[in-house]
Amino acid sequence: MIAVIGGGIIGLSIARSLRARGAEVTVYDPEPDGTGGAWHVAAGMLAPGRESAFEHPRLESLLEASLALWPEFAAGLGDVGYDTTGTLGVALTADDHVEAAREWRHQKLQPLTGSQVRDREPALSPRIRAGVHAPHEVQADPRRVVAALRRALAGRIVARRITDLGEVAADTVVVAAGCGTAALTGLPIRPVKGQVLRLRGEPGLLRHVIDGSADGRHVYLVPRADGEIVVGATQEERGDSAATAGGVHDLLRAALDLVPGLAEHTLTEITVGHRPGTPDNGPLLGRLDARTVVAAGHHRNGILLAPITARLVADLVLTGSDDPFLDDFAPGRNGCA
Amino acid sequence: MGDFLPPNGLILGTGGAQSLAVLEEAIRVSETTLVTVALRRVDAAGPGLLPMLDRAGVRVLPNTAGCYTAGDAVRTARMAREAFGTDLIKLEVIGDERTLLPDGVELLRAAETLVAEGFTVLPYTTDDPILARRLADTGCAAVMPAGSPIGSGLGIANPHHIELIRQSVDVPVVLDAGIGTASDAALAMELGCDAVLIASAITRSDDPPAMAAAMRHAVAAGRLARGAGRIPRRFHALASTPDDGIARW
Repeated sequence: MIAVIGGGIIGLSIARSLRARGAEVTVYDPEPDGTGGAWHVAAGMLAPGRESAFEHPRLESLLEASLALWPEFAAGLGDVGYDTTGTLGVALTADDHVEAAREWRHQKLQPLTGSQVRDREPALSPRIRAGVHAPHEVQADPRRVVAALRRALAGRIVARRITDLGEVAADTVVVAAGCGTAALTGLPIRPVKGQVLRLRGEPGLLRHVIDGSADGRHVYLVPRADGEIVVGATQEERGDSAATAGGVHDLLRAALDLVPGLAEHTLTEITVGHRPGTPDNGPLLGRLDARTVVAAGHHRNGILLAPITARLVADLVLTGSDDPFLDDFAPGRNGCA
Repeated sequence: MGDFLPPNGLILGTGGAQSLAVLEEAIRVSETTLVTVALRRVDAAGPGLLPMLDRAGVRVLPNTAGCYTAGDAVRTARMAREAFGTDLIKLEVIGDERTLLPDGVELLRAAETLVAEGFTVLPYTTDDPILARRLADTGCAAVMPAGSPIGSGLGIANPHHIELIRQSVDVPVVLDAGIGTASDAALAMELGCDAVLIASAITRSDDPPAMAAAMRHAVAAGRLARGAGRIPRRFHALASTPDDGIARW
């Protein structure tokens, strides 16, 4: 009997993998139908390069490995908005360009002129200075992913808030409680606040994910097939849940600078979420003691890392296999104690 | 005077860091004892940055980044005193968001108020020697002129003004903003600054701990060179080997 603490995208993905391999699993979450998790706010950009430039040296490999698992992961869930059109990185001003060019060189992407970028995405502002196309980057809708995972685990999710791992009756406990993991285990996971907007308009204004900067303000725009566009995200070292005028202003200003046509869209949502951050931005994956396994602290990468996390944790719990990734991302590793 | 300054003359800022672990390593390598933190950008009671700074054994210098008026900066400084339990405040009153340069008029008003309330005020100012002297006359504990705009990496745009400021005030001078690489930090110290504040040049470099080491050495080198006394600049060459005593035939 295996208990998974936390019914977000990580906990549900792990539970689904364990069940698919024949294990008996119960997921505990205070709100099994709730929208409190980071997944509810996340845009669902599956973009390994963008996230990892100068951080944990092995994070980029983990992100790439998980991206390779995504097609199969998505296919098993039905229509979750998995879209392979790719990302356009764009820079508005000369200053934005020199900053972005460092990232693009690191990712070995071929630079495009402003006109070449607008040939691919005509709604972009004529002021755009330069860009790149990242064809391998894809997107999925995290809300649809979680809905599909919940359906797949129907009857196995118990509405209960766990405050002490000792109160759970199970042979193995997997803690996948995002920011809540800190209180349950004492591990160094902190909330990193993000404000995210959702706009809605005629479908088709944008086809690509746009990842850009406009006068020093970074923003991404993730267009869904139904006309929704996710605009994100602030990154603040805070734990509060307030949507602020300044945060919303900065996101909208950058979004409209890059895609002026968005001014006609309806602003449908302002949401605030908390990424579970760790000291080196890499997740904490592995055994805490004979009974307890942790899979948390995925920071900005929870959606992208769900498939590989599920596989690594299921292997560890069911076969005791110790993949080299589990050494790289062990809880208690250097700098993450 | 200036006992709040780190002995090695290097103050770090935390903005722009990719991860807490990398920032912690950069702070350790820099050997600084003073790190500035924007009150508006951290959760004073939360986990993460502040416990890390505590563990690193450095003193926190709260700043009023993000304030555009004297009133706003004074309120933020009072909150910082409550939150961090220190009278030290790096006073920033920004004039506009494109240059992020200080608004001298608002800055002086805020400095007057905070000095009267017993704060140890370290104002981020322009490289104007007259304004720097006014701030010192007001009772500020140091002046922190910008080398060039925050995050621009353009170095010290007007070295002569930094030297003029050094001669105009009796309080410590801390070069704040604009440093791009190690030679800029060395130049600041050669011009007579008592310390240098560096954030982006370290946190946004490819290898922040390596750049922190470079900055530590640069500040030390610049300070030594200042003390050693540079030779005068000449128009024509002057042979380093004197010709006295050379055999002639």
